[in-house]
Amino acid sequence: MLDEKLIALITEEVVRQLTASGRVILPDSLSAEPAEGKDPVSTDRLLEDPLDPEALERMKKRTTARIGVGKAGARLKTKTMLALRADHARAQDSVFADVDPEFIKRLGLLSIESQAGDRNTHITRPDLGRKLCPKGVEALLAHCEKNPDVQIYASDGLSSAAIEANLEKILPVLVEGLTAKGLKVGTPFYLRFGRVAAEDQVAEVLGAKVVCVLIGERPGLATAESMSAYIVYNSYVGIPEAKRTVVSNIHKDGLTAVEAGAYITEVIQQILDRKASGVDLVK
Amino acid sequence: MAQILSVGIDIGTSTTQLVFSRIEMDNTAGYFTAPRIAITGKEILYKSQVYFTPLKTQTLIDADAVREIVAQEFRSAGYSPADTQTGAVIITGESARKENSAAVLQALSDFAGEFVVSTAGPDLESIIAGKGSGAWQYSIDNDCTVVNLDIGGGTSNIVFFNAGDTQGKICLDVGGRLIRLGTDQKMNQKEPSPTVQYVSYAAAEAARLAGVRVEVGQSISRSDLRSICDAFADCLAGAIGIAPVSPLQEKILTPGSDVYRPARPSRRICFSGGVADCIYHQNGEDDLRYGDIGPILGRAIRENRYFKEQKWIQGGETIRATVVGAGTYTTNLSGSTIFYSEGIFPVKNVPALKLTKDEQWAILGGDTQLLRDKVRWFLEQSDAPRMLLALQGLPDPDFATLKKLAGAIVDAMDGSLAPGEPIIVVVERDIAKALGIALQQTGCGRKMASIDSVKIEEGDYVDIGRPLMDGLVVPVVVKTLLFG
Repeated sequence: MLDEKLIALITEEVVRQLTASGRVILPDSLSAEPAEGKDPVSTDRLLEDPLDPEALERMKKRTTARIGVGKAGARLKTKTMLALRADHARAQDSVFADVDPEFIKRLGLLSIESQAGDRNTHITRPDLGRKLCPKGVEALLAHCEKNPDVQIYASDGLSSAAIEANLEKILPVLVEGLTAKGLKVGTPFYLRFGRVAAEDQVAEVLGAKVVCVLIGERPGLATAESMSAYIVYNSYVGIPEAKRTVVSNIHKDGLTAVEAGAYITEVIQQILDRKASGVDLVK
Repeated sequence: MAQILSVGIDIGTSTTQLVFSRIEMDNTAGYFTAPRIAITGKEILYKSQVYFTPLKTQTLIDADAVREIVAQEFRSAGYSPADTQTGAVIITGESARKENSAAVLQALSDFAGEFVVSTAGPDLESIIAGKGSGAWQYSIDNDCTVVNLDIGGGTSNIVFFNAGDTQGKICLDVGGRLIRLGTDQKMNQKEPSPTVQYVSYAAAEAARLAGVRVEVGQSISRSDLRSICDAFADCLAGAIGIAPVSPLQEKILTPGSDVYRPARPSRRICFSGGVADCIYHQNGEDDLRYGDIGPILGRAIRENRYFKEQKWIQGGETIRATVVGAGTYTTNLSGSTIFYSEGIFPVKNVPALKLTKDEQWAILGGDTQLLRDKVRWFLEQSDAPRMLLALQGLPDPDFATLKKLAGAIVDAMDGSLAPGEPIIVVVERDIAKALGIALQQTGCGRKMASIDSVKIEEGDYVDIGRPLMDGLVVPVVVKTLLFG
């Protein structure tokens, strides 16, 4: 059986040669970067002679799932198959790719790492992604403000694309919004190879009352740019997962980053007022 | 979950009615994301009798008598004005005149509670009736096109829905009371010919097309009345695209109406309004029992060759469609991530200045003078001391852009608004909370609000109620026309 990466490579090469020869002009849906705001699969009409084309169009608009794409015998049509592969590849890329170091530098963030050390270990050893490497702890102690009301940081998690797409938009409104509420906001930083629960150690190291990690979510075939915020009050290593408050689905087609930031400032204010997060906050 | 009590009052050409309904709302988003409060249920709690609209003259409403009706119905329902949180008084059809609106507003002022008085233009009335009749919901449930014809005393308000979207509207002067009749008591026949007491312009036009004489003070035969109603029925069929457009259409188009022409016939036809009962139900009663042409018009539509070929549905409401629509469909909820200063709401009858997309971009491009001029001009030409700024917003903006926008807004509005007036911004895109933080950061001392997920057009008037659901959302009523 062929390795998936190999299939992706072959597809890419075939596509490249076809387009280079000039014999085939690829539709937008197969080019690497789909046009802005246009779902490559949904806008295609692959189903032949639908009974009610308008109803089909409406149904397709309501979901990012690949419905109404027709079939060839018992299987998907080639076009659907290729689009599916392309989306899958994009999802894999966002897991395996690194956040561009230049991007982190441009935002002026200190960058530290977990104990995973490399991408493959990060994927296969979630336990190591929850621990900061000793150098990272030192760097935090050296550069970050201690005992803040709120410590915000970003982490790649399972999607680097999510961080690159949303971090720049969410950070300013978060930091400024919280500062405007009279809260002491810690120095934001970036954690590479991080898992959610690393925020518990961050809380301990920096003595933060509230920690909020902005982390890339496991990508799906609809979007690879979904980010979540996991917010926890008075955390410690080993805290129950139920104590985390989550704001998920932050991306341009979900809750936009800037509005999510504004919403999170209010959630954090509430957490501080009620001295509780997660299910304790809902009670 | 939260619920609010809404009152709807419909003062039409021929009838006046009132309903109380309960609107329920809840957070429909999952636990792991931002809240999304939506209206989850609507229930009619009380329906009044159907009253004839009290008139002083043929066209002037007797506002004091309306007041008496409303007061009586509040008592019968067991509510006081303070119990209602939202609602609308809709003045429709031929009654929708400026002097009527003003008189009714005056007469109902101590019922103020939290509800609003507005005049529905023909277009708005079409939509309200189509929602109240159940046609709108049917189009959503069955994912199809439905046309609703609300045929009242003076006008027929037609709206085309496609799976919940409003495709278009058209309003014609076709109604049951366009000819009013008296019975000649001296004649002792089984079916005496009635005497014409009133003929509207539209009915006279229809009579001319049908080749029938109709004159005030003269008698008219039932078959002649039927010929006039057949002309009306053909005209309605033409307007909804199931028959050729009638030469009558342009003559009896209600002033101010859109002229929407559907590309193909709707899948279902729904009737509402007083005449609808005469379309759906045929009984042995005398056609002239109301002293007008309503029952004959109903029969003419029922038996019309074009209408007969179409598929009809019967919604939940007929004569009460508009009042039910007014009571339950005029209140919307804002988005669930919004910003407002404490105590700023409720606000009422705030006129909206809408920025076009181009203007929005020009302002973001640094042209702050444009907004300053627009705001000053708007305040000068409107009587109201307050205003709100409506704009589309941006799809996925960064905070710096919002700060720029907020800066321009505060600069323009703070400079022109009278002291103590709030700065209110309404955006379509879900960015209001972030924009609110940006507004706050400008350091402007005025009360401010930024709400989203509400679509407002230039010239609309807006009511925003007290916050609901722990302050997450505010109820919003957008009125297309305040006074005709």
